[in-house]
Amino acid sequence: MASRLMALWDWFDARMPTVGEEWRKHAAEYYAPKNFNFWYYFGALSLLVLVIQIVSGIFLTMHYKPDAALAFGSVEYIMRDVPGGWLIRYIHTTGASAFFIVVYLHMFRALLYGSYKEPRELVWIFGVLIYLTLMGEAFFGYLLPWGQMSYWGAQVIVNLFGTVPFIGETLALWIRGDYVVSDVTLNRFFALHVIALPLVLLGLVVAHILALHDVGSNNPDGVEIKKNKDASGKPVDGIPFHPYYTVKDTVGAIVFLAVFCIVMFFMPELGGYFIEHNNYIPADPLKTPEHIAPVWYFTPYYSILRAVPPLFNSQFPGVAAMGIATMILFLLPWLDRSPVKSIRYRGAYWKSAVAIFVVVFLVLGYLGVKPTTVWGQFGFDAFFLDTKDRATWVARLCTVLYFAFFILMPWYTARDKVKPVPDRVTM
Amino acid sequence: MSDNQKVDKTRRNLVVATSVAGGAASVGAAVPFVASMFPSERAKAAGAPIDVDISAIAPGELKVFEWRGKPVWVIRRTEDMLAALKKSAGLTDPASKSSQQPDYASNEYRSLKPEVMVMEGVCTHLGCSPQIRTAEAKAEMGADWLGGFYCPCHGSKFDLAGRVFRGAPAPTNLPVPPYQFLSDSTLRIGDDKKGA
Repeated sequence: MASRLMALWDWFDARMPTVGEEWRKHAAEYYAPKNFNFWYYFGALSLLVLVIQIVSGIFLTMHYKPDAALAFGSVEYIMRDVPGGWLIRYIHTTGASAFFIVVYLHMFRALLYGSYKEPRELVWIFGVLIYLTLMGEAFFGYLLPWGQMSYWGAQVIVNLFGTVPFIGETLALWIRGDYVVSDVTLNRFFALHVIALPLVLLGLVVAHILALHDVGSNNPDGVEIKKNKDASGKPVDGIPFHPYYTVKDTVGAIVFLAVFCIVMFFMPELGGYFIEHNNYIPADPLKTPEHIAPVWYFTPYYSILRAVPPLFNSQFPGVAAMGIATMILFLLPWLDRSPVKSIRYRGAYWKSAVAIFVVVFLVLGYLGVKPTTVWGQFGFDAFFLDTKDRATWVARLCTVLYFAFFILMPWYTARDKVKPVPDRVTM
Repeated sequence: MSDNQKVDKTRRNLVVATSVAGGAASVGAAVPFVASMFPSERAKAAGAPIDVDISAIAPGELKVFEWRGKPVWVIRRTEDMLAALKKSAGLTDPASKSSQQPDYASNEYRSLKPEVMVMEGVCTHLGCSPQIRTAEAKAEMGADWLGGFYCPCHGSKFDLAGRVFRGAPAPTNLPVPPYQFLSDSTLRIGDDKKGA
């Protein structure tokens, strides 16, 4: 049997050697550093979640109706009447949040170990593009259930584009295809969600992985393993991705899927964070829900939007701040002037900056899900207090620190005291 | 092509010209696709004015009507509410100079008749619909609150004439749509031309 299979493979390989060559290039003979740790699970997990989303999405499409009059009902139909429909939908909703969890942790890993630094700038840029596409994908998908949060979330985000000077109104009209978010908008968001952006996403993922495999993976020590090769030209500190890391990542996938299943089966709404309660009310264009907040993965940027006061009778500054807050990620490889990559060999400046950044990002995220009155008001009045909501001022402080982390980076990374980096990776 | 070969200039120019023409054709081909996403003729045709009966609106009450897919509020303001408007402090645009309203609503009450306020219930920040908060909601809105509207999306606050308070993200007052009274009890929203 085994020899028959080998003969079949030889027959195939003689006619299409590309498959074998690519397998060797990207798996069996792709040498990855041997010191990958916990943080290196999240790249593979992102790929796993992408597959989960595509598969569950295909099956949802078979039952969902992209029509403002039918959409909400068709989602309820999937939940109640389609065999296993509830499971498929919960896989997709849990997957959406899980996607952002693993992607955020994957990006944080890059920050910890300097994985965006030379020669991996393109890997990072493709990664940021994936992150932005993912945000678009999540936003378009969120309108589809046509609940109250779907409707008002789309209303707010489309109007963000309307604030762009001069062309804004036309741009918002073009995105909506109508003067308000309507059936027309739902129909096109469906097209973008199920075909346009998934194609872009797949293309970017391929580019991300190809760019990575051309330069080779970074590692927790930030040591370039390609600088130290044995007589056969293999990196001394490298091990083949397959079977070593395919097996390691399988362990990670099993643990991840266990957690995924706990959420999916026992708490699919996760207290209103994964599926917002107001989205079980059909969209009502005449009434905004009492408390409206975006899904958790957008809240840090939403906080920044809310923190910036209008200038010159325009709300564009807040929108611009939010846009720049995401776009600035592209510049990270050039803002970081440190001679070392990994946080293990960096000094106090960088370590404090990263720590502050993490706290700031989490606080902004928390404030984004709460109303601005969450921490009450200041008991005094002063000329500079345009609002007395304490939370707004905290969000403003965090917004300044968020930008300071990036803008001051060339300065503090160049002056940081770094430790000598070893020649070989450490375990 | 190796260095010692001579470039055939004519062929090179033809290649460049073909590429430029092809590029221009591709851009041209994108036009119908981009254009298809603008509002359709059907979407443009929707938006006729509506006639509504306001006789059942009690003093101090707010009713919501749908016009062009947007909420339009009609509030019958009481004497207290009108008096409170004079006390609104810290407004971004108190005289509604940079806000959107017809000329006949460009006055201190922002309305044709002081007691009947008509405005679009759409926040000028990002289009959420604010909610009414009466003068009794001081615990939530602050001790100096005299009644008005609160936007749940980004916290903008407005008085009962739709004028925005400073410190909120909304840049201008709530817009007033064109309207006219057909009789004391009937209001036409979306059209202010007499005899129309």
